[in-house]
Amino acid sequence: MGSPDVVSSGRLAGEPARRLSAASPRHGEKVIRGLLILCAALSIATTTGIMISLVGPSIGFFREVSAIDFLFGTEWSPVIQPPSFGVLPLVVGTLSVTLWGLIFAVPIGLAAAIYLSEYAHPRVRSILKPTLEVLAGIPTVALGFFAFSFVTPLLQDLWPGFLGDGPNIFNALSAGLVIGLMIVPIIASISEDAMSAVPAGLREGAAALGASRMRVALRVVFPAALSGIVASIVLGISRAIGETMIVLMAAGATPNMTFNPVESILAMTAFIGVTATGDIATGTIEYDTIFAVGLLLFVMTLVMNLISIRLVRKYREVYE
Amino acid sequence: MEPASTTSTRAPVIEPLTGVETAAERARHRGLPDPADVVMECLGLNVFYGSFHAVHDVNLSFGRNEITALIGPSGCGKSTVLRCLNRMNDLIPSARVEGEVTYDGIDIYGRAVDPIEVRRRIGMVFQKPNPFPKSIYDNIAYGPKIIGMDGDMDHIVERALRVTALWDEVKDRLDDNAYGLSGGQQQRLCIARCIAVSPDVILMDEPCSALDPVSTSRIEDLMVELKERYSIVIVTHNMQQAARVSDRTAFFTASPDETTGNRTGMLVEYDKTARIFTNPVDKRTEDYISGRFG
Ligand SMILES: Nc1ncnc2c1ncn2[C@@H]1O[C@H](COP(=O)(O)OP(=O)(O)OP(=O)(O)O)[C@@H](O)[C@H]1O
Ligand SMILES: [Mg+2]
Repeated sequence: MGSPDVVSSGRLAGEPARRLSAASPRHGEKVIRGLLILCAALSIATTTGIMISLVGPSIGFFREVSAIDFLFGTEWSPVIQPPSFGVLPLVVGTLSVTLWGLIFAVPIGLAAAIYLSEYAHPRVRSILKPTLEVLAGIPTVALGFFAFSFVTPLLQDLWPGFLGDGPNIFNALSAGLVIGLMIVPIIASISEDAMSAVPAGLREGAAALGASRMRVALRVVFPAALSGIVASIVLGISRAIGETMIVLMAAGATPNMTFNPVESILAMTAFIGVTATGDIATGTIEYDTIFAVGLLLFVMTLVMNLISIRLVRKYREVYE
Repeated sequence: MEPASTTSTRAPVIEPLTGVETAAERARHRGLPDPADVVMECLGLNVFYGSFHAVHDVNLSFGRNEITALIGPSGCGKSTVLRCLNRMNDLIPSARVEGEVTYDGIDIYGRAVDPIEVRRRIGMVFQKPNPFPKSIYDNIAYGPKIIGMDGDMDHIVERALRVTALWDEVKDRLDDNAYGLSGGQQQRLCIARCIAVSPDVILMDEPCSALDPVSTSRIEDLMVELKERYSIVIVTHNMQQAARVSDRTAFFTASPDETTGNRTGMLVEYDKTARIFTNPVDKRTEDYISGRFG
């Protein structure tokens, strides 16, 4: 009893003393850690790189054009003399397409998520969800073609007269709807993941009080999954704002400061796409314009992400 | 007490009718609730999960204003039977229920019966406390709100919290998140949430298994108080708990099927708690309660 050797006091009689080895190499662990840090750093480096490559030429642009004129000007005609660099028509064009896309995609995407997570039989879900995710992978050029050659004529045919003039051959609505179609799977799939992650105990607790399935879904699961749901919508918006091919092919190239869905607009991405593939010399103001618009696009997406992180922090219900 | 010879030959659950006694006398003789006092009853209940036969032919009646304990080794189907009593098994896609479960004489699995209505009358408290990620107040108010109960909500909340002896502990922080409560308080909150909608029957699935002895004894006291107004069915692994609080005890076990090897649960013995724990009829019950179960 009362062995003075504290380290070995717990061992059985006859068992050799086990001493801590002073050298604990585990070099492999360090290598893995290093690699992981490298991968994480890569994404930060990429983002920084994009920032730098956008900011450089943009500085050249803003030396020629004042930021106020750029941000608040309502006239976009960079190639007409004298040129005018008011970016608002492009911003409104982008927002308009995004808006119509969201009006279509958010309700459908969330309804699909609720169906998949709360109603669908596991077997049905195991077929539907991958199918939906394949939809998200359709090349946008195919979707652009679909918008231009199918959705636009359909809208023109179906347009009810009391709404005024029917859609133009290029219009924001057709592009918006097809972009909506593109982001439905994103919203549905990520929201479904978030809703399925809500503990079954919460659902059972509500169901045991006599809540119907719809109530359980809307009042318990939905708030608990809010951060994931908002994230899915934000990602959808980012995709919509950044989408180029569909707006280029279906929404036209007319700078137009209007939210009227039947009119042709010029989205920010479409401007960049068209201009960058046209023949313009580097170093000219036209060339720098691309970067200024690109930078604005980048900042818009960033700000939206920050706002949504705030919103989620404030409203989400944290379950343990 | 009955002579040993008759007890040992008595069939574990249902004995053949002799035809001379009244139904009430027969029930009393076998340790069952008086038919007039039966609030719920399982008749030929079989439950399957997919092709797995989880529970075989359970016949069991629950007395009004009584606490009925379901005991037995892990996996014998206690939770499964309990979840049949308010159709919680409907939430499990693979689950299938055969037989009848009656409440006030009506088969709750009947075609015209709405499971939502069933659950409003037959509430449930779960093994793991599962408060909503909302304030303490909203946790209680949620149920009454969704069923459109009228009356002063503050009053309903206070009453439910007083019944569960939580009021003094939480009255100054009703707007705090329920996750800030201790495990025992969370479980009492879940019980309060359950009684706020004024159910008739309360089902509890191992309500104290995640709690310390002090919280456990508070909940046991609470159950005994609650049975004045509610009928309670409790699943427990704690034999002392069953002995302390329950009026009747049903012992289940799972025996492997000879051909498939599936462990299908079944009811072995159902009787007054005192008799189950002092003088069980079936050898398996005796082995289990005396801790000799493998
Ligand atoms: N959702 C489910 N899907 C498939 N099988 C299930 C499901 N729930 C339970 N089972 C099976 O049914 C049998 C009975 O389970 P049940 O949970 O009712 O047992 P229990 O007596 O409550 O056990 P415990 O004391 O461990 O809680 C077990 O074999 C279990 O594996
Ligand atoms: Mg169980």
